[in-house]
Parts: sequence; C-alpha cells; structure tokens
Amino acid sequence: MRPIMLKGHERSLTQVKYNREGDLIFSCAKDSVASVWYSMNGERLGTFEGHQGTIWSIDVDQFTEYAVTGSADFSIKLWKVQDGSNVFTWKTKTPVRRVEFSPSGDKILAVLDGVMGYPGSVTVYDLKRDAQTNEIVDIAEEPAYNIMTREGFEIASVAAWSFEDKFIVVGHKDGKVSKYDGSTGEFVDSLELHEQNVSDVQFSPDKTYFITSSRDSNAKLVDVVSFEVLKAYEADCPLNSACITPLKQFVVLGGGQDAKDVTTTSSREGKFEARFYHKIFQDEIGRVKGHFGPLNYVAVSPQGTSYASGGEDGFVRLHHFDKSYFDFKYDVEKSAEAQKHMQQLEIAN
Amino acid sequence: MATASVEDIKLEDIPVDDIDFSDLEEQFNIDSQINFDNFVVVDGAPIAPESKVPVLTKVLTKLFSQAGNIVDINLPLDEEKKSTKGYLFIEFDSAVAAKKAIKLLNGKKLDVKHRLFVNSLNDVEKYGTEEFDTEFHEPKLPEFNPTEYLRSWLQDENGRDQFVLQKGDMTGVFWNRNAQQPENVVEPRKNWSNTTVKFSPKGTYLFSFHNQGVASWGGKNFDRLQRFFHPQTKALSVSPTEKYLVTLSPQPIEVPEDAPEDFPFGPESNGHQLCVWDIATGVSVKTFALPPGQKLHWPMIKWSFDDKYCARLGPNALAVYDTENNFELLGGKVLKIDGIVDFSFAPTGVKLAVNRNNELSSVLAYWTPESNNQSCKATIMEIPTRRILRTVNLVQVSDVTLHWQNQSEYLCVKVDRHTKSKKTLFTNLEICKLTEKEVPVEKVEMKDHGLRFAWEPKGNRFITVSVTETADDNPSIPKNVVTFYAPEQKDKKAVKKEELTKWIPFAKVEGQFSNTISWSPAGRFVVVATLVTPDTRKADFDFYDLDFTGEKSLNNVKTVAANLMDVAHPDYFSATDMQWDPSGRYVAVWSSATKHKLENGYKVFNIAGDTVREEMIDGFQNFVWRPRPETLLTNGEKKKVRKNLREWSAQFEEQDAMQADSAMRELILARRSMLEEWTQYRENNTAVLEEEYGFETYDTIVLGTSEEDFQVVEEIKEEILEEKEEEVDSFEETEEAS
Repeated sequence: MRPIMLKGHERSLTQVKYNREGDLIFSCAKDSVASVWYSMNGERLGTFEGHQGTIWSIDVDQFTEYAVTGSADFSIKLWKVQDGSNVFTWKTKTPVRRVEFSPSGDKILAVLDGVMGYPGSVTVYDLKRDAQTNEIVDIAEEPAYNIMTREGFEIASVAAWSFEDKFIVVGHKDGKVSKYDGSTGEFVDSLELHEQNVSDVQFSPDKTYFITSSRDSNAKLVDVVSFEVLKAYEADCPLNSACITPLKQFVVLGGGQDAKDVTTTSSREGKFEARFYHKIFQDEIGRVKGHFGPLNYVAVSPQGTSYASGGEDGFVRLHHFDKSYFDFKYDVEKSAEAQKHMQQLEIAN
Repeated sequence: MATASVEDIKLEDIPVDDIDFSDLEEQFNIDSQINFDNFVVVDGAPIAPESKVPVLTKVLTKLFSQAGNIVDINLPLDEEKKSTKGYLFIEFDSAVAAKKAIKLLNGKKLDVKHRLFVNSLNDVEKYGTEEFDTEFHEPKLPEFNPTEYLRSWLQDENGRDQFVLQKGDMTGVFWNRNAQQPENVVEPRKNWSNTTVKFSPKGTYLFSFHNQGVASWGGKNFDRLQRFFHPQTKALSVSPTEKYLVTLSPQPIEVPEDAPEDFPFGPESNGHQLCVWDIATGVSVKTFALPPGQKLHWPMIKWSFDDKYCARLGPNALAVYDTENNFELLGGKVLKIDGIVDFSFAPTGVKLAVNRNNELSSVLAYWTPESNNQSCKATIMEIPTRRILRTVNLVQVSDVTLHWQNQSEYLCVKVDRHTKSKKTLFTNLEICKLTEKEVPVEKVEMKDHGLRFAWEPKGNRFITVSVTETADDNPSIPKNVVTFYAPEQKDKKAVKKEELTKWIPFAKVEGQFSNTISWSPAGRFVVVATLVTPDTRKADFDFYDLDFTGEKSLNNVKTVAANLMDVAHPDYFSATDMQWDPSGRYVAVWSSATKHKLENGYKVFNIAGDTVREEMIDGFQNFVWRPRPETLLTNGEKKKVRKNLREWSAQFEEQDAMQADSAMRELILARRSMLEEWTQYRENNTAVLEEEYGFETYDTIVLGTSEEDFQVVEEIKEEILEEKEEEVDSFEETEEAS
C-alpha cells in the first residue's frame, strides 16, 4: 500500500472527509485554508480561503454541491464546491469545533465551544434547497434550535447526524455520549461511555450505528436507536479518531501520544499509526505507519476502497487498499459466506 | 439224621446272598456298554438257499474285508424256507472299520439285481424304535439378528477416512486426522488377526485370519459379524459387490463322519481347498478342489462386476459359474479353451455399442499362447452369451498381461514380444475400445520392454515403466524409463472419444529405478515410485500432476490433453508399500517389519507430496485404508460441487484450523458466535428501523449507475519533450547549387 502524500497544509490537520462518491477529499487544518483533493491521484483541486483562524471542522453535503467549515474565528462558512466561493457566513459566539451537514443536506449542526461565559452548545441551522437542482435557495441566519450543554454534562466536543436526520449524537468532554431528537433538539438518551474526552463520533455508511473514540484509548461501537454498546476496541494510546469501513468489516482507529507528551513518555515511538481492527471480532489485524505526529483524523471512502489520515505533522496520507486488504477474511467469515452461498444455491434450485 | 430231601429245603433258608453267582453272571451278563459301533447291518443281499450259504458268506466276507477285519458275520436263516433272509450282520474289530464299510459299500451293486445297503447297527437302534418321531417338523429358523448399520463410517460429519494400523500383535482402526494423532475408532485389539487384515472392496467388512478360518467385522464398533470356518486359511478375496467371500487353505477339508449340525460343509466338499461363502449369512455356498498341477494365481476365482458370474481357470478350460443358479456351470459345461493362461473380468459393466437401452454387459478377456498350428490370441467374450466380441492375433509372443481401465472403456493387452533371435524383448500395447462399434483395436508399439502399465482411473491416459535391455546389467545403474501416454488431440476442440484415435507418448522420464505406478483413485495425480523389494534397496517417490495449470511442463508433445509436471519428490528410503486413500487426497507409504527391519513406520503425504504425518514405529507391519463405495452423486451434482469448490474449501479450511488445536477451536467457536450475533443484530436492526422509521439499512453506499449520474470528460494533454531548432539551407540555395 503506497500512500499518496497530500502536501498543502502548513499546520496540523484537523479533519479529513470524503464526498459521497469518494472521488474528492476535503481537508482542513490549523492554517485557516481548507483544501479539496482528487482522491484518485492526490492532486489538489482547489482551496476555500476566507477564514481568519484555525479551521476545526469541514463537511460536504451528499450532492457535493456545498461544503461547510467551522473555524476558531467564531464563524461558520458555507462554500460552493464547484468554484470555491464563499456563499454564506454565520457568526458565532464562540469558536466552532465541529460542523456537519445532515444526511438530507437540509440542516447543519455546529458544535460551539464553551468559553467566555458561553455554556457551549450544539446549534442547528436550517437550509432550504431547490428540489431539482439541490441548490440552496434560502439560508436561515438564526439557528433552528440550540442544544445547550445540559446539567451534569461537560461541554460537547463532537457531534454527528444519524440516518434521515433523526438523531444527533453528541460526544462530551467528560466521556459521556448523549442523543437528541434531530428535528426538535430534545434530549433522548445518554451513556457514560468513556472516561475522558470523546474525540470523535463517526457513523456507519447507513448511519444506524456509530463509533466513538476517546482519549482514554478506547473506541466503542454503539447502536443509535437502542443506544447499546455493540463492541469495544482497546488501543494502547489516546485516540483522536475512529471510523467504520464500508465493504469490509473493519474499523480504523487513529491517535497517538500528544506531541507535547512525546518527550515525557517512556515509549520510544509515539504510536502514530492507523490501527485496523476487525469490527466484529474486535481483534487488531493491522497497522499502517507513516505519520510522524499523532493522527488527528481518519476517514474511509464511502466505497471502502481507500482511506485518508490527517496528522499533527501537517500531511494527509491517502492510502488506496491493496488486493490483500480485500481478500483478507477470517476462516469463520469465509465459511459463513460459503454456507450462505450454498443455501442460496439450494433455494435457487 | 437222614439227609434232607430236596423238597425239604426251603427257599427261605438258603442264604442267597452267600452263593457265589459270579461264574453265571459272567456267562449271561449282557454288557449294557456293548459297542454297536463295530456292527453293521447289510440289507439287500441275495436270498440264497441253505446250501449256498458258505459261498455267499465267503463272497461277502471278502467284500467287507476291504473295510477292515471282520470278527463275525452272521446270516440269519429262514427256518421254513431254508434260505437266507436277505440281510446279515457283520461285526468288525473296530468302529473305524465299520464306518469305512458304510462309506465304501453302502449302495454297492453286488450284481444287476442286488444292491447292498450298509448301515450302522446304531442307526437301526436309533431309527428303528417306536419312539423315533417320523413326523415332519418345520425346521426352526434361528431368529434374525439384525446387524447395526454397516456403513456408518460414511456418515462422518467431516468425511474423514479410516485406516488400519498393525504393529506386532496389535491391530487398530483409526480416523485420519491429517497431521494430528489419529483418533481411535475402536480400542486397538491384541491378536485381532493372525496375519494381516483385509477390507472388502467397498469397505463394509474387515476380515481377519485365524487358525480356525476367517472372521468378518463391521459396524460402528467393529463387532464380529460372522465366522467362516476354514482352518488354516491363507488367502481370501471378496467379490465386487461384497456378496461372496473366497477362502483358500492348504489343508483339504475333512468332513468328519459325525459332523455337528452346524458344520459348514457337506460330504461332497471332502478334500476341497477353495471355498466360497455368502458373507451376509456365513454359509458356505460352494467348494472347489484345486485344479491339478497348476501354478496358483490368486485370486483363483474372479467375478463379474455384478457378482452374477464367477469363473476360474482349469487346464485348457475356463469354468464359468452362474451364482444365481446355485453356482452351476454356465450352460452345463466348462468352456474348452486350449492352453488358456490367464483371464480377467471387466471391472464394471460395459456399454457395448450393440447394447440397447444402456444395458451393461459382463465381459471377460483371456489369452492363449502360440501353439503348433495357432497364433497367440487375446479374446474378449461377453458373458453369459459367450459371444466373442473381438479376437486379437499376436505373433512372437513371450508373455501377455491384461489391463482394464477402471471404467472398462478400454482394455490394454500388453504383449511382450521377442525378436526372432529371442534375445531381446519389446512390448506392444493393443488397446481395445470396448464401448465403440466392433471394438476397434489401437496398437502402440514400444521400442523397449514394458515392465509396468497403469491406466489413469476414470481417464484415457496411461503410464508405462519400461527398460531397454543392454549388455551392461549392473543393477546400480538406473535404466527404467517412465513414459506418459495420452490420446493424440490434433484439434484442441476435438474432445469426443470417437475422435481420439491414437495414443502417443507425450513425456518421458529416463534413468529411473521405478517399479510401481500408483494413480490417485480420482485420476490426474500419480506417484511413480520405487519401493524396496529384494532387488531394490532404496525407495523413492515421484509425484506427477498430469493437468498442471502452470506454464511449465515436461511435455514433449503439445497435441495431447495433458500437461505433465513433476510436483514433488518426498523421501522415505525404506518404504516397502504404498496406498492412496480412497478419496485421492493422501498417499500412505510405509515400511513393513514383515519385509525388512529398517525405519519401520509410515508416512502420509498429500497430493502435493508434503508430509502430512509421519510416525516411526518399531515392528510396524501394515497400513490399510478403508475403501469407500462408489459415490452416489450424479455427474450433475459433482459438477455443481466443483463449481462451488471455493465455498466448500472455505468451510473445510475452517474445520482444519479448528482441528489443529483446541485453543484455535475455542477461538473459532467464539468468533462464529460473534459473527452470528452481529448478523443477528443487523437483521434485527434492519427490521426495527424499517418498522419504526421506514428506513432501509445498507452496508455500502450504492451509487447510481445510470448514465446521467456520470459525465465522461476527455482531456488531452500535450507535453513537449524536446524542442530543437535547426538551420536548414533554403531551397533556393540548393536549387542554385544544383
């Protein structure tokens, strides 16, 4: 697996995302310029310029028409992907830690930091689109609703939409995970999932279950409806990100010692590797090294054919999977598939 | 006192107890222990007048003296008629003599009118009394004892094979578990058999040899099923459908006079050495005397594929028996064939071209050597019609062997011929195509002397091991040549059998010691081996694949449907025997202590020649795979299995991994349940989401494939690799110059 290095950012990467077709990669970093890349060859398609500070988060809608970025400069910006023009800017009270389009593309959530007396919130904005062209025709300047940090919870660090905009799942600084109704913002449920900050929440391709990663070195797989923990993956270093691979039954975890801790920890290596775990059997099956700083974000293409990691070192490493990756299967899986195949044959007869 | 008169003596007064009667007792005592064994009653003697009695007595005395010493002969006389009564009593000096007399003279014709009936006096006592019940009673049939299911081993979940290991006096049956310690099927038994054990052709029965005969074993626990009483049995063979057992003993059968009721042989079997048994019932169905003055070739009785006929070789004759007709000779007489040397039945029914409705014929082939006015002949004959299907005439023949392909499509007559000087031998192969019209014969001429020949099972290829005889007969120089033959295929598409006309050698391996060709029962793979024999000291094994899929090939000729490759050459220098497992997955080779004492033990190789398992055991004797019956799958089903081979093998790999060790097993089981759990979760979740939210789950985003979704953009990029400027003389100048 030869990685493609996406060199374009001058500072640490904060988020890396694929569009729905998997042909483009959107990345943002602490250098206030977001980039768009061709996933096929790693060529840069263009940039989104306009922010004044660190861009913490980026997302692209399912039509690859618009991108949204959330920045430490107290703003959320909406961009047109085609020409990189800034369509709209929301001013916020605090830095924006996370932004995400809802699956339908009609809503945007933003995680607002809890600083300067603001308690922190997950704020949702409505968008109106043309039914034919999916063009955004009306943008609500005011939030549709604010999910303020609840009592007993610390502020939110990450948030993500479930299937059909039904729920918003929020990860908190204290390791709790809470669930809200996607249309009203009403609290539904919560879990004490981790012991430390929930650093990432990413959904399965159909957005029915999600994986969380935490600084407590654990990643957990949770069903969004029942809010039950399905699987747990234990790593040996703090985790910054985790994602679920389509096509194969794996999860990818990324993290590593904080740059500031590297000199003070005993381990010679900072464990700056992407770790592949089997989603069902929870075994670690492989690692991909290359970054020379912690991995801040990992993302898999929706087709499951490549993955990209954004590192503290300022690079995005894009990996297209080899044949061996696709061929890898446990004997148990092989035989189960075989049995299924045989059954189908029998039914066919 | 006057002497007392007799009258005075009162009986009461006589002290009876004091009188000594011993002399009288001795005189009149009837010995209740008297032995009638020595007496015979002769009936049917001529009724002679008193005057002729001495003459008659003399004649009869002389006659009966053949049996033994006569103590007394008594011809009772009819007082009125003054003649003998037609019967007499003879006392011999021994019971043996009396028995002999009965045996010899019972039914003896004295003259035209008189036939003697000789019976033991005992019998007269026994049958002549009133008490003897003369009414007919239905014989009591012994209650039917069902045996357990005899083919239970075929139901093994993992389709494993069984094998027998013999070491010293211990014999055990085991499950093959690849590299792992074989698992006991039953506890190894001591002295299970005096010598080796043998399986029936389909594996249902296991036979063991004992002083008293042979025993059959079977079922899940290898319980004894039947005993076949045939003392000192040295060899046995089983008919193809496992109906009959043939035993041979060097000791002729002796039927004792007072044979117990369950004695298996009737008096007609006296002196016979060859015995045919019904395996299921243990009843002797037929016995044979050995043909006089012939070399014995085992098996001495050969069977047609369906067990309907069996045949054995006699001097200048072939005796074919109809098993369904009480083993009577077919057509009432033997087949006269002058000089017949050897014969064999086709191993399966043959679809002769003349047969309608896919009927199968029993076919046998035999050969006769050259005689004064006849050439050597190999003949193929249909049974029971005795129709000759084909005769092959041969000249200058020194030996002939018959080789049937296992599906009876081809018969190869291997003819070892000599040059006129009789100094060198060379071999011709006459291949008869049984299923074609008129049974055409294809001739393959070899330049050297063929030692071994073997057809590919279920195929049309064969291998020969031959040797060119040279002046140098140093045994340490390997001289054998292994040659691979296949039908020529000029056109790659021509795969119909009719179009395969000529067999050609397509590959040769020279400089070998090879003395054994062992094909995988499934075909394609073959092991050409050198086994340790009195002449060869070092064993070696060459594994070949005749349908190698790689690029390389040992083929000399491309126009055949074969691609030969030598796959492996595993070592086992002291191996004396080898056998493929019935599935063609493994080859067992072993070094038997009955042949030599070196490195006794066994190794099991897979078809790639890798050692799967090896065990060196002192005193190891024998390794026997348990055969399997023919598969019940139809060709269509087999094809389907082959098509889904990947799916199947995935499951088997998992099983193998599970067998490898118990920790792995636990892990696999745990994973299996996890996978099951996950699938369950996804299914439930799908149902719940569908119901509650009308949302359909999926595992991977499926992008639209309609053309509207995609737009093909062609970009042409021109890159200038090099730019060069050159000054060229203007045309005008050149024109001027010219």
